[in-house]
Amino acid sequence: MLKEFASYVTYGLIMLEQGSRLGDAIEFFIYDTIKIFLLLSVIIFIVSIIRSYFPPEKTKKILSHKKEFIGNILAALLGVVTPFCSCSAVPLFIGFVEAGVPLGVTFSFLISSPMVNEVAVVLLWGLFGWKIAAIYMGTGLLVAIFGGFIIGKLKLEKWVEEYVYKFHTGQGQEIIKQTFKERLQYAKWNTADILKKVWLFIIIAIGIGGFIHGYVPEDFLVNYAGKGNPFAVPVAVLLGVPLYSNAAGVLPIVYALMEKGLSAGTVLAFMMAVTALSLPEMIILRKVLKMPLLGVFAGIMTVTIIAVGYIFNVIL
Amino acid sequence: MEIKVLGPGCANCEKMAEMAKKAVKELGIDVKIEKVTNIQEIMKYTMSTPGLVVNGKLKHSGKPLPNPDKVKELIKSEI
Repeated sequence: MLKEFASYVTYGLIMLEQGSRLGDAIEFFIYDTIKIFLLLSVIIFIVSIIRSYFPPEKTKKILSHKKEFIGNILAALLGVVTPFCSCSAVPLFIGFVEAGVPLGVTFSFLISSPMVNEVAVVLLWGLFGWKIAAIYMGTGLLVAIFGGFIIGKLKLEKWVEEYVYKFHTGQGQEIIKQTFKERLQYAKWNTADILKKVWLFIIIAIGIGGFIHGYVPEDFLVNYAGKGNPFAVPVAVLLGVPLYSNAAGVLPIVYALMEKGLSAGTVLAFMMAVTALSLPEMIILRKVLKMPLLGVFAGIMTVTIIAVGYIFNVIL
Repeated sequence: MEIKVLGPGCANCEKMAEMAKKAVKELGIDVKIEKVTNIQEIMKYTMSTPGLVVNGKLKHSGKPLPNPDKVKELIKSEI
């Protein structure tokens, strides 16, 4: 039905010539735009309702005194569904430590949260198909689980700022009760809010897919950074680390790179590096972590994401 | 009456403070909005910022943010 609508607009309303290159591009653009915005609206709305049942306070209780590994898996999964503003990373970290959540488990949560989220997954699904989206989500969780697990095994508690351990809030914090109607309201506002933030990036990404298509040779980048080049993944990840953006913001670049023949593994590793590691987040976390621990965190993330990139390139 | 907006000062916290200011104005009450940035103070109420505290009661915490009408309603319920 969407397809028919797109071709009706292209050839019926704008009256472009059937089968012309411009006509194809416009039809593709209209179809993809509507499809992705529909997907995004529906999924963000549903995920927002699910998220309202997992406030950070509840997640903290679930993870408190959990054994490592099982704890890391749970934390990575909860990182996907627990809503939290990056501005609350510090109180959240302190709250987790105070509640007895192991350090490595806390990290699994902090890693998965910005990297694996519904916006990233829907955008990948809409533009590259469900397979790429599922692989991104699965490996993102693996990076969070193992990244946190390794940090836990290294016993780095001494590199957490001392004052964190002296906090006594008495755990008096409450969870605000919401009616189902309120959950629906908040989900609606959240959906509108996210769409407002990402729509432009999505239009640009789809525009790149539709219009730049025929202009740069398909294999332009393959010669330099195709599967055959063992340095493609580390270079892409090291380029991505200092860049900071959310999944939507990096999408136009990701689409252009994929379109021009960079292998999926390299591109997904690049996207992970951009979303998972960011300077603003590091600066926020510096308030609770000493420099060596921040360094170890960045190092482990870089290495695991590079490893994931290689695995992608082998299996895809 | 006292209104506190909890948050270390990010975009979302600013937005919450703005909405609270607007709500107070529209309700025609003379209340100063106090921005709480101290972590120890924030964590007395919640660990998910931004937070809205009215008369010592936590009325909202974390993401997603309420819309302006909801903020007004939350403040009004404590008058």
